[in-house]
Amino acid sequence: MTALLHSQLGAADLLGLFGHFLLLSLLAVGGAITTASDMHRYVVDQHHWLVDAQFSASIAIAQAAPGPNVLFVAALGWNVAGPMGALATMTGTLLPSTMLTLYVNRWGLKRRETRGLRSFTTGMTPLTIGLLVATGWLLAVPYVIDGPQRLGALALVAFSIVGMTRTRISPMWLVAVGAVVGALGFV
Amino acid sequence: MTGADEAPRDRPQSKTELFLTFNALALQGFGGVLAVAQRELVENKRWMTKAEFVEMLALGQVLPGPNVVNIALMFGDRCFGARGAFAALAGMLAVPLVIVLSLTVAYAEFSRIAMISGALRGMGAVAAGLILSTAVKLMGTLRTNQLGLPIAAIVASLTFITIGLLRWPLIWVLFGLGSLAVTLAWRRWK
Repeated sequence: MTALLHSQLGAADLLGLFGHFLLLSLLAVGGAITTASDMHRYVVDQHHWLVDAQFSASIAIAQAAPGPNVLFVAALGWNVAGPMGALATMTGTLLPSTMLTLYVNRWGLKRRETRGLRSFTTGMTPLTIGLLVATGWLLAVPYVIDGPQRLGALALVAFSIVGMTRTRISPMWLVAVGAVVGALGFV
Repeated sequence: MTGADEAPRDRPQSKTELFLTFNALALQGFGGVLAVAQRELVENKRWMTKAEFVEMLALGQVLPGPNVVNIALMFGDRCFGARGAFAALAGMLAVPLVIVLSLTVAYAEFSRIAMISGALRGMGAVAAGLILSTAVKLMGTLRTNQLGLPIAAIVASLTFITIGLLRWPLIWVLFGLGSLAVTLAWRRWK
């Protein structure tokens, strides 16, 4: 439906897209997904390059596919303007945060044993674990609380936790079980 | 399970091994890579201990950018400098990028089929469980945390409540609760 728009997106628009994602990159503490609401504002509400369903589908596809979830940014860019769009959003998203991470990594490695940095990692570790639980929870809510088949979804979540902590089975197989159970209509 | 923490550490032999390992773990990472990264890097390859993994994750989380991408960058950089960082980054992103873009193109064709959308939901539920399992495994590191188990557990719970249940902006929690926890830790490390 918006396929026609691809050809109409000029160099200025592409540059704007790149610039916007460049800015968001440095705000993406906790991952690119935390800035998704602002990406939505920019590409859907402000510029009408995508409709709502395309935006949600981009995120869902990247989450189901193998690889880091940040790739939803590439899917968004592709839906907006094809290959050039994906290039603009991906490089915009990764460039600033990559540079900063490398810089901080080297800075931190030299000061690893100092009291300041040890306090930092000691203090932040519990937050990190709390954040993981929160992320898992937020990902589970659409299925476990709001979904049509809550028990099935809950069983799948529990099954994958047990599978990962009690066995050495590859997570890939757990996801495959999820796909089959879901396709049969139990989630 | 606890044995992994004391086990001797290996190192990647080359940038190629780094690229291939991160590529392999990214390709197993349906619904997110963190759970697989923990298993491959800590349990299988033994390139880092649980404590080192959670440390790098803590740093990756306060820095902007995808956590697991930040871990790849930092680990690659520590092994082979900037070239290592980019080898790990490329390993993690290149092939999955092609897959995601192919799926994006194909999606319009298949989204109306009920079995496909059902499968996506099932995979989503497992993805949530994988993240939670990573949290369960890393909880063990709280026992040796210098804050002491009770305080560490309270901080972890407050983080879950504020982010997961109350949906406060992450930045508030990281700065507010984070600086409190770091200050407490500062007083313990004499």
